[in-house]
Amino acid sequence: MTVDLEQPVLEVRGLAKSFGDRRVLSDIALSLWPGEVLAIVGESGSGKTTLLRAIDGQLAPDDGEILFHSRNQGVVDLATLSESQRRRVIGNDLGYVHQNPRDGLRLDLSAGANIGEPLLQAGMRHYGRIRQVAADWLGKVEIDAARIDEPPIRFSGGMQQRLQIARNLVTEPRLVLMDEPTGGLDVSVQARLLDLLRRLVADLDLAVVIVTHDLGVARLLADRLMVMQAGRIIETGLTDQVLDDPHQPYTQLLVSSVLQL
Amino acid sequence: MYVAVKGGEQAIDAAHDLVAKDRRGNAATPELSVAQVEQQLGLAVDRVMAEGALYDRRLAALAIKQAAGDIVEAIFLLRAYRTTLPRFGASEPLETAKMAVARRISAIFKDIPGGQYLGPTFDYSHRLLDFALEEGDRSPSEADAQVEAASGPDHLLPVSHILEREGLIEPEAVADQPVGDITRTPPTYPADRDVRLQALARGDEGFLLSLAYSTQRGYGRNHPFAGEIRSGHVAVEIVPPELGFAITIGEVELTECQMVNQFKGSADKPPQFTRGYGLAFGRSERKAMAMSLVDRALRAAEFDEEISAPAQDEEFVLSHADNVEASGFVQHLKLPHYVDFQAELDVLRRLRDEVDLQEAAE
Amino acid sequence: MNASMAKADTTAGGYNFAYLDEQSKRMIRRAILKAVAIPGYQVPFAGREMPLPYGWGTGGIQVTASVIGRDDILKVIDQGADDTTNAVSIRKFFAKTAGVRTTTRTTEASLIQTRHRIPETPLKAGQIIVFQVPIPEPLRWLEPRETMTRRMHALADYGPMYLKLYEDIARFGRITTAYDFPTVVNGRYLMSPSPIPRLDNPKLNRSPALQLFGAGREKRIYAIPPHTSVKSLDFEDHPFETEGWSHLCARCGAADSFLDELVIDDRGTRRYVCSDTDYCDSRVAAGSGR
Repeated sequence: MTVDLEQPVLEVRGLAKSFGDRRVLSDIALSLWPGEVLAIVGESGSGKTTLLRAIDGQLAPDDGEILFHSRNQGVVDLATLSESQRRRVIGNDLGYVHQNPRDGLRLDLSAGANIGEPLLQAGMRHYGRIRQVAADWLGKVEIDAARIDEPPIRFSGGMQQRLQIARNLVTEPRLVLMDEPTGGLDVSVQARLLDLLRRLVADLDLAVVIVTHDLGVARLLADRLMVMQAGRIIETGLTDQVLDDPHQPYTQLLVSSVLQL
Repeated sequence: MYVAVKGGEQAIDAAHDLVAKDRRGNAATPELSVAQVEQQLGLAVDRVMAEGALYDRRLAALAIKQAAGDIVEAIFLLRAYRTTLPRFGASEPLETAKMAVARRISAIFKDIPGGQYLGPTFDYSHRLLDFALEEGDRSPSEADAQVEAASGPDHLLPVSHILEREGLIEPEAVADQPVGDITRTPPTYPADRDVRLQALARGDEGFLLSLAYSTQRGYGRNHPFAGEIRSGHVAVEIVPPELGFAITIGEVELTECQMVNQFKGSADKPPQFTRGYGLAFGRSERKAMAMSLVDRALRAAEFDEEISAPAQDEEFVLSHADNVEASGFVQHLKLPHYVDFQAELDVLRRLRDEVDLQEAAE
Repeated sequence: MNASMAKADTTAGGYNFAYLDEQSKRMIRRAILKAVAIPGYQVPFAGREMPLPYGWGTGGIQVTASVIGRDDILKVIDQGADDTTNAVSIRKFFAKTAGVRTTTRTTEASLIQTRHRIPETPLKAGQIIVFQVPIPEPLRWLEPRETMTRRMHALADYGPMYLKLYEDIARFGRITTAYDFPTVVNGRYLMSPSPIPRLDNPKLNRSPALQLFGAGREKRIYAIPPHTSVKSLDFEDHPFETEGWSHLCARCGAADSFLDELVIDDRGTRRYVCSDTDYCDSRVAAGSGR
């Protein structure tokens, strides 16, 4: 995939959101370039998942812009797009990996069908080719291709998550959003998944926004880091810089804390 | 040579003759009159009117006789008849506050202005089969005449007004748009409350009763109290365009149930009790109560309640509440489906052949 | 059963011509026009309760009642046959309430109401065929919610429909849908052709007749105007096909018509006979019987 490295993939400006009289996002701004991985870290309740969902269009912001640089239709503001416009402009160019893979899969259909669905949505109508691409991707995410006809309800949690990732990446989207993709998996499974993500991100030159409470995940995967607290960004910069030399007291607390957030 | 089966027409005619014969029963038994059904099976008549969505006691009684007591079939007859009737207008909103009350109770206050009127009710009877009824009902006596004279007054203040005055209950919804009409426009989802209430009013009592029961057992609890249940006659008024003012064209017997439910507040409103509403023709109290519980359950989204139970699922409840639709589709399975079955048989046989070939090759 | 000449000006029991009042017919015709203007799109309509139960063809009956005229010649079939009990019942209904001529001959009919089959005899320009539809929504198996399926149609989000076909091929090596095979009409809307066997699907494509579909209980009408493309779903490498029969009709010898399988005796002896009784009768009359 040839990318224009001059233009960011995503630009968020002045994003705000309230639920009733509770402010959950204030004045959020960020930019993301092709091939970059941005991690958003913070405690639960910091607004990081809300921000991700707002970018994905799952909820409407009260204020601000979410500028997405689409493949062929220029820059669009995701905050104001209608459903049909979204479909036309974004198509399968925006992926969303749920924390719980069961939320991002069709559990009653086969693994092959799960990976094939985005291809079908993109208009592919050749059974053999769909099946081949699905089998290739099962290989890429280290699932035995012989299990292509099994429903993911029979897979382990780690396998389900890898299947969800394949389903999101098969159309080589410009931007992938990930909500705690390693959450809920045990440590060794996490490590394997992180390795896989690192490889895929590098191979496909993906732009990724990953929300996590685990600083280790951020350090391993992210080029840049954003720290959120109470709906605001309080610190941002290169991952190693922020983690090795945090400026804000809250960031210092996070970094030095042995406890999980 | 094989000749295809003929004679469907004769078979149908013969089936109809058998129905008529069964309906009449033993010729030695006196025939049931429509008037007897109307007078002495009044609660069945009430239900058929309510779900048939047509207020006419005589027609409902006729339908019950024709259907040999199959209430859902009688409802269908009345609904089908309704289709043939021209509509010449809509009434003014009925003033249930001005009901000539035959029965009015409230569970939320020990005593209320105007008092509690038990009226005719099974509520406190002991459910013991009364074999004396086999000999015949006791003839009207002086005691009955007294009972008749002592019916309740008009214009009993609705109990909800007491709560409203103190701002403790949400105010009644005001119709700021024309009221929807499910007989003119098919329901689409999401549906507004007016459309929902219409569908519930004609909905199957059994279905709504079970859904209401489920809310009480935890499937979408909303803490109901029976604020008021009232039964009696209400005047029906229309405004003829030639006159420009309202005239009364008759009265209908109705049962109305106001449930007082879980209080709710929000960012801009202080906490208040919420409402569930039920209304049915005749003395269909169970129906009105069930309807009010389901109405409140379907309002879950208005109060930011999590929609987790079947009774709260608008599309599920409204799509399946009409027993004319339900009965038709369930029973349509009796119709010939042999062509589709043949097609399936064919596919199955081919698949089985392929499996057999595969096994033979292995 | 031959064409009856009962052409009456008055109707039975004081009902309006063809039972429905003129307002209702007008409302249904408006829905039909909308449906014809948007081929394959399900138009909601305020269906009435009819004297036959939901599930017995009330949608088809309302469509027929709205388009039928005194000079029409009506044929009614169910499972391809004129003599099945419900076809008899519906034909009697229109004979009684509209007094129109009825026929069993496909070639003679101007208006055909059908359940689960398309006649074998190709239809001509000027004919109208009305299908009885139980579940108009082809995506219903995938998504029970109407709010969702409406959106999928609006966005032409039909990818998921192909998932079922994909799974069939993965599991069975072939698409196993035997009837009610989904189609795309005029290159835009996904449509359920009603539970006709898949062998009948090609007849929908570019038919010179007007094809109307009525779902009474679900309150939807849709239509395929004459000469419109109707394509059954398939994959490029698994094209839609209809398999032939391994039997001939025991009565007329036809090799290409849909056959009913009849069990003749307790030993399970089978006989295969055309489901389309008129087609079979005409072939026999023309001397091709065995």
